[in-house]
Amino acid sequence: MLAQIAFFFLSTVALVSAVMVITRRNAVHSIIWLIVTLFSVGGVFLTLHAEFLFAVQVILYVGGIMVLFLFVVMLVNLDVSLKQAQFRRHWWVALVTAVALMAELAYGIYRGGEGFALAHAAAMPLGGGNTQAVGLVLYQDYLLAVEIASLLLLVAMVGAVIMAKRKIE
Amino acid sequence: MIPTHYYLFLGTALFTIGVIGVLTRRNVIVILMSIELILNAVNINLVAFSRYFQSVDGQVFAIFVITDAAAEAAVGLGLIIALFRNKETVNADEIDLLKW
Repeated sequence: MLAQIAFFFLSTVALVSAVMVITRRNAVHSIIWLIVTLFSVGGVFLTLHAEFLFAVQVILYVGGIMVLFLFVVMLVNLDVSLKQAQFRRHWWVALVTAVALMAELAYGIYRGGEGFALAHAAAMPLGGGNTQAVGLVLYQDYLLAVEIASLLLLVAMVGAVIMAKRKIE
Repeated sequence: MIPTHYYLFLGTALFTIGVIGVLTRRNVIVILMSIELILNAVNINLVAFSRYFQSVDGQVFAIFVITDAAAEAAVGLGLIIALFRNKETVNADEIDLLKW
């Protein structure tokens, strides 16, 4: 019962703040609402017993990526675009298409949803907690993928520096 | 317990909100934020199925998705700064040099 209340509360907060993200005029307000969304998605991870991902979500997403966004919004002068139209001219076409897409997906999940009832209520089978389980799988089964991800981060870092440099000689 | 398809509905709704944001907004920064919303919807699905199958593989993939999100945010924001320096605008429909 408590888990259901928590889930519905968190998903309501996530959806409402996500709508606020895409409707606010000021980009800084959008970022603040996105932080609310990310926190509640992290809470949803907690209801799924993914504690390590919750920590990653808070530290990396809220603490890292969102601060990066805030920095860029402060660097870029948004005063001009604040006074302009915030939505494209044919926004209603996109709205109708996206809602049709959601209806299709939701109908598919609804028809197949009966098979998705949670199999067991037990916690993760591995002992030692969620972080240990994730770490073991991450560094044993997905070692090559971790290396590739680290290379990707290096390339992204170099790319960001090159992009934001004042002049490329 | 909460059935898994509730999480899938939540993921679908968040994904749709992100798609609407990408398709309708003009501000490039808000478009990037909508992409973050979409990636979070994917993460919810991955973690829900990781719980459903009682295996942490889905959570590991969610970590990789977050890594991608970090890389994408860094490069995307660098691009926005470079664009703003050259064109003095952050509106996606005014950045159409490659169009036609």
